[in-house]
Amino acid sequence: MSRSSKAYIAGVYEHPTRKAVDKTIAQLHTEVAIGALKDAGLSKDDVDGYFCDGVAPGLGGLSMAEYMGLDLKYTDSTETGGSSYVVHVGHAMNAIAAGKCSVALITLAGRPRAEGVKSLGARSYGEDLPELGFEAPYSPVVANMYAMAARRHMYEFGTTSEQLAWIKVAASHHAQHNEHAMLRDVVTVEDVVNSPMVADPLHRLDCCVVSDGGGALIVVSPEIAKTLGDRCVKVLGQGEAIKHLNSGRFDLTHTGAVTSGPIAFAEAGVTPDDIDYASIYDSFTITVLETLEDLGFCAKGDGGKFVSDGNLISGSGKLPFNTDGGGLCNNHPGNRGSMTKVIEAVRQLRGEAHPAVQVPDCTLALAHGTGGQISTRMGSATVILGRNDA
Amino acid sequence: MSQPERIYAEPMINMETETYWQGTKDGKLMLKKCNACGETHFYPRAICPHCFSDDTGWYEASGKGTIYTYSVMRRAEIPFVIAYVTLDEGVTMMTNIVECDFDSVEVGQAVEVTFRPTEGDQALPVFRPAN
Repeated sequence: MSRSSKAYIAGVYEHPTRKAVDKTIAQLHTEVAIGALKDAGLSKDDVDGYFCDGVAPGLGGLSMAEYMGLDLKYTDSTETGGSSYVVHVGHAMNAIAAGKCSVALITLAGRPRAEGVKSLGARSYGEDLPELGFEAPYSPVVANMYAMAARRHMYEFGTTSEQLAWIKVAASHHAQHNEHAMLRDVVTVEDVVNSPMVADPLHRLDCCVVSDGGGALIVVSPEIAKTLGDRCVKVLGQGEAIKHLNSGRFDLTHTGAVTSGPIAFAEAGVTPDDIDYASIYDSFTITVLETLEDLGFCAKGDGGKFVSDGNLISGSGKLPFNTDGGGLCNNHPGNRGSMTKVIEAVRQLRGEAHPAVQVPDCTLALAHGTGGQISTRMGSATVILGRNDA
Repeated sequence: MSQPERIYAEPMINMETETYWQGTKDGKLMLKKCNACGETHFYPRAICPHCFSDDTGWYEASGKGTIYTYSVMRRAEIPFVIAYVTLDEGVTMMTNIVECDFDSVEVGQAVEVTFRPTEGDQALPVFRPAN
């Protein structure tokens, strides 16, 4: 069957750098834009829509548009942390469908390693945050916020550290084939649970890498996609959500994916069973486990069993995931992971993933982004993509 | 049982929250409740996030609650326990667990509020195992 699509992803590019000592962030944004345009077979002058996150240099997209010399009719700098880029794909699709632009460029770049940002640093989002006085004195950091979600999941559902470790094991099986991946050694469950405890119950190998780099996507109208050939990938559906502390009545075992997932699946007209490949944001192993449950790949609470025994490993598992090694092993540019999630999903649908991890006849793929702190103040965004003939 | 005491950063206080922080100095955990819809919310705001009424008022919490979840930060310079505690009044707040054996902290454990001085001149509500 051939599904209708309001927009296509025509070009993708992942920056090969993992430590960008000699490049500015604006330069990285531009290098990934050039890479994605070249991949699409388009030029700078074709771009009429630009999307970036809220931490790109300058005020929204203003400075980057100037730096790159873009002539724009449409811009969007929606900021939902690491999920921003999957949000941007949906917003670009809608803008294209509304006739507001026809070639949308989405860029991400960051250099936390070159800038020496510690992976466990305290959060600093400005002094006017209303919640600041009620959190900062207790020393929340990224790792212990995710650790508290893992602890609660273990308490409610009996999830174990060994089950979480299988997520890292699967990622490492994929990363061994990625020449750019930061961690290419295949690890075992024992390696993960015996690695140093970072924030109880999360170990060092439950955590993603810190890397520089970035990526870019080109989203185009169906009319332009027709002129570019069958490497274009259909955007079939997208959903997004914000989940927060709900005035003090919340849980840490569900993410915003319970909202974003069904919206995306409904728009695409598919179900989790139809998905051949999934890119799941993996800031920590627990991020993947809760997301898989919330997207409906398994029942709530069954995530531990679902990810065990290599079920996420391409070639042997039922749901191949993060075949580039993901944030857990490959890279995590700017501490924001959903850009590379979309890029690897596109590679899979084009048949351009590494042969060792390519999913045979990959027709439908999902990419999911998570931003902020899991289940507390977070952004979730899900996109369903289809091969050109899907 | 004896933990070295952490130095707690001074909380940011504004006109919406100064009653809360005056309360902690007085050894009280103050919560905000909406007089229109009757719901307690946390953190305290001028306007009720449940119904948008500005008719909100303060009351003193029991100081009792249970640990919803926690993480032991053993790698910190002075190790500590970060947690979310669900108060008997129904709202859940971030806090630290003090006066505890790190290995015996549990989800569901009964805790009670106590206070610690911060840098500057404020007091921070933290929780310890209930007697």
